[in-house]
Amino acid sequence: MGMLISLRDWIDARFPLTKMWEEHLSKYYAPKNFNFWYFFGSLALLVLVIQIITGIFLTMNYKPDANLAFASVEYIMRDVNWGWLIRYMHSTGASAFFIVVYLHMFRGLLYGSYRKPRELIWIFGMMIYLALMAEAFFGYLLPWGQMSYWGAQVIISLFGAIPVIGDDLSLWIRGDFVISDATLNRFFAFHVIAVPLVLLILVVLHILALHEVGSNNPDGIEIKKNKDENGIPLDGIPFHPYYTVKDIVGVVVFLMVFAIVIFFVPDGGGYFLEKPNFEPADPLKTPPHIAPVWYFTPYYAILRAVTIDIGPLSAKFLGVILMGSAVVILFFLPWLDRGAVKSIRYRGSVYKTMLALFVLAFIMLGYLGTQPPTGVKTTLAQIGTAIYFAFFLLMPWYTKIDKTKPVPERVTS
Amino acid sequence: MKKQLLAILLLLMPVLALASEGNVHLDKANIDPNNKQSLQRGARTFVNYCLSCHSAAFQRYNRLARDLDISEDDVIENLMFTGEKIGDHMTVAAKKVDLKNWFGAAPPDLTLVARVRGVDWLYTYLRTFYIDESRPFGVNNLVFHNVGMPHVLWQLQGWQKPVYKTVTDDEGHEHQMVEGVELVQAGSQSPAEYDQTVRDLVNFLAYMAEPIKQERQRLGVWVLLFLAVFFVIAYLLKKEYWKDVH
Repeated sequence: MGMLISLRDWIDARFPLTKMWEEHLSKYYAPKNFNFWYFFGSLALLVLVIQIITGIFLTMNYKPDANLAFASVEYIMRDVNWGWLIRYMHSTGASAFFIVVYLHMFRGLLYGSYRKPRELIWIFGMMIYLALMAEAFFGYLLPWGQMSYWGAQVIISLFGAIPVIGDDLSLWIRGDFVISDATLNRFFAFHVIAVPLVLLILVVLHILALHEVGSNNPDGIEIKKNKDENGIPLDGIPFHPYYTVKDIVGVVVFLMVFAIVIFFVPDGGGYFLEKPNFEPADPLKTPPHIAPVWYFTPYYAILRAVTIDIGPLSAKFLGVILMGSAVVILFFLPWLDRGAVKSIRYRGSVYKTMLALFVLAFIMLGYLGTQPPTGVKTTLAQIGTAIYFAFFLLMPWYTKIDKTKPVPERVTS
Repeated sequence: MKKQLLAILLLLMPVLALASEGNVHLDKANIDPNNKQSLQRGARTFVNYCLSCHSAAFQRYNRLARDLDISEDDVIENLMFTGEKIGDHMTVAAKKVDLKNWFGAAPPDLTLVARVRGVDWLYTYLRTFYIDESRPFGVNNLVFHNVGMPHVLWQLQGWQKPVYKTVTDDEGHEHQMVEGVELVQAGSQSPAEYDQTVRDLVNFLAYMAEPIKQERQRLGVWVLLFLAVFFVIAYLLKKEYWKDVH
């Protein structure tokens, strides 16, 4: 014990170990009234770690070569010890990441966690979300199945819709006239090093910004306004041990759901691993129905919702613009919300209605994105798209006119 | 560039996406992956009838021996004919180019076919070949329209002829549509025996698509049991710590 303490002191004299431990864990005061929705931040971190570790082991046996990639994945599934488990953890982890992140973002919408002074936390979070989409997109090409190939083909060709530079731009991204070995190799590089590096940096920034201003809570009030004589928030409790032990419970429940998928339905009913992706990529055979993986489908539905050309701008280009805007608009959320209160608990019926409509529209768009666009479904996608944008664009107006309830001085349990 | 245009067109054209297959009723395969005898019979059918043209390029003979409770000697004796080694993959001796010339398209590898098509589709497909003189091999199929494969199992099943029904389209024209099939010449097996043969074969294909499946489900139960115990401990720990938070 004495040895360990003097080792700690030795390090502390040279590196802020104890200081960091205290700042971020044992003396980071989090509101004591976190509820169910507050599990998903730490779960996102857990999934990130799972993805990195399983990813490292997959890389040991995967071959980023158009002639070998598909077979190397089957080699992992069959011949590598526990390879099947590592692969299923990684493929399920990708979907789990998005589920957890979507719930984490929804928590922000519920309790106004993006509002002043937490705008930067939200922006870093959105950048993480963008990086995550890029990571998932690059990763999905690697198994080199039919859906890998044609999904990437369709998404990259979207850049071709940009006037003037479009064709050259998609050529530059692919590194070839079609998706090929060159594309696979660069996507591999992006997937295993470039994007993960960016992701890690952004996660650090996200957490640093959070710990600078302190966490929001389900009441949407600042616990730092009421401090005791030592400067500790009266409604705050140290993150460690209180939230570490609480998060362990959340982690176990998450792992149970995760294990159910991995061990009993690893293809997630065709949504986590799409059926056509068990067929090797064939540049000469277009699958009858190309659908992106479920986490991209809301945006895909928005892309396809545009069916008319406006002047010289094609429907496809306008769809791409609309799809891009759907993601970009999220960044502006802190400045679109003009509500007098942060939390849904004290908001009026207008915001509650809009949020409910938004969630329904997002889920509906997600479903429609998996389906072939028939007449009725295209109309539904257009309605969903309208609701999606109305939620954001009308926000400055409806949050202002909404009748809010008085906010309590201290957090409620 | 044309290919991309085509891809986009395919995405935006609802009609194409709904084309062919999909609307046909599929019979339930009802396979039993725990039935080793069924799997062994399926492996035999696969080797005798499928493996001459279709490879199973990710499946090793010795893995098959181990998983299906067949001794390696028996596998060498009964399932291997072309002098491969026991650790080899189940590949095809004929050249891909030749096969492509014979059939118009190279026969696909079948290792993962059960994960692509699903067992019910395979079970229905292998039982619904019917006589169609307009096709190069004289047969067509209920679930795989204009299939390029001959009816390899005809000696077992016999020959079936199509049963038509008349449908009237939106413009009032009448069309003949194939509705089902009917046995016109018996094979060496009765219809019930043939169904069982196909069921065993599909069972084997499902095994081959994911050899670890049984093991993974067995393991999953233990993992969940462990997590359930862990949950109780984690929950009690949390409760203990949070006693003093009011």
